[in-house]
Amino acid sequence: MSVKLRYFAWVRERIGKPEETVDVPPGIATVAELMVWLGSRGEEYAYAFKNAKVIRAAIDQRHVRPDTAIKGAGEIAFFPPMTGG
Amino acid sequence: MKATVRLQREPLDAAVAAAELARGHEDIGALVTFTGICRGDENGKPIAALTLEHYPGMAEAEIERHVAEASERWPLLGVTVVHRYGRIVPGENIVLVATASSHRAAAFSAAEFLMDYLKTRAPFWKQVEMADGKSWVDARTIDDAAAERWSAPRRGREAAE
Repeated sequence: MSVKLRYFAWVRERIGKPEETVDVPPGIATVAELMVWLGSRGEEYAYAFKNAKVIRAAIDQRHVRPDTAIKGAGEIAFFPPMTGG
Repeated sequence: MKATVRLQREPLDAAVAAAELARGHEDIGALVTFTGICRGDENGKPIAALTLEHYPGMAEAEIERHVAEASERWPLLGVTVVHRYGRIVPGENIVLVATASSHRAAAFSAAEFLMDYLKTRAPFWKQVEMADGKSWVDARTIDDAAAERWSAPRRGREAAE
């Protein structure tokens, strides 16, 4: 499955790019599993996702929980807890 | 209900935005405005500026969802939310929430509700610039607690919602 990934704030800085399109291997079904797989893609990804519990995710621009299925997602974003307002 | 959600890099004149909301509406009896301002210090250390990163598209959509929810909860006549992004120096406005209603209770509550959700749910991230470099601002658990109190009586809401 091909999906567009977007990264923000320190997740973006650690990975070194704001977005990319990746081919997700079969068997990766949830947001949490996707984070584990991404964390295995290299040093910068391991650094970005080493504390995956604090990282938030959105699918197609809506907040989702780690156990959410990624099937059918067009765009998945990863970012730290928000600090706006 | 008149709803305006705007993101902008440019300076934000809170008084003008609030006046626009109320103009020509004689049914409005209460107008509450909250303005978030860039402080000159973070954890007791002086700062040069804040830089706000945001998720274009989702930021607007998320704020609009909360404005819609506020208008379901309270009898509002108008809401304006303006949030800046980019570099902001101390003393400048960061965010404005203005709520209008016939009476004050709804306007006060809705403004507080919207600010609590903006803090924890709208995809913005603050980076602080100090003399010794830049760092990302940590989320505060007190903000999570403030947002959480609004969801307590609601049924069927996902934890992530």
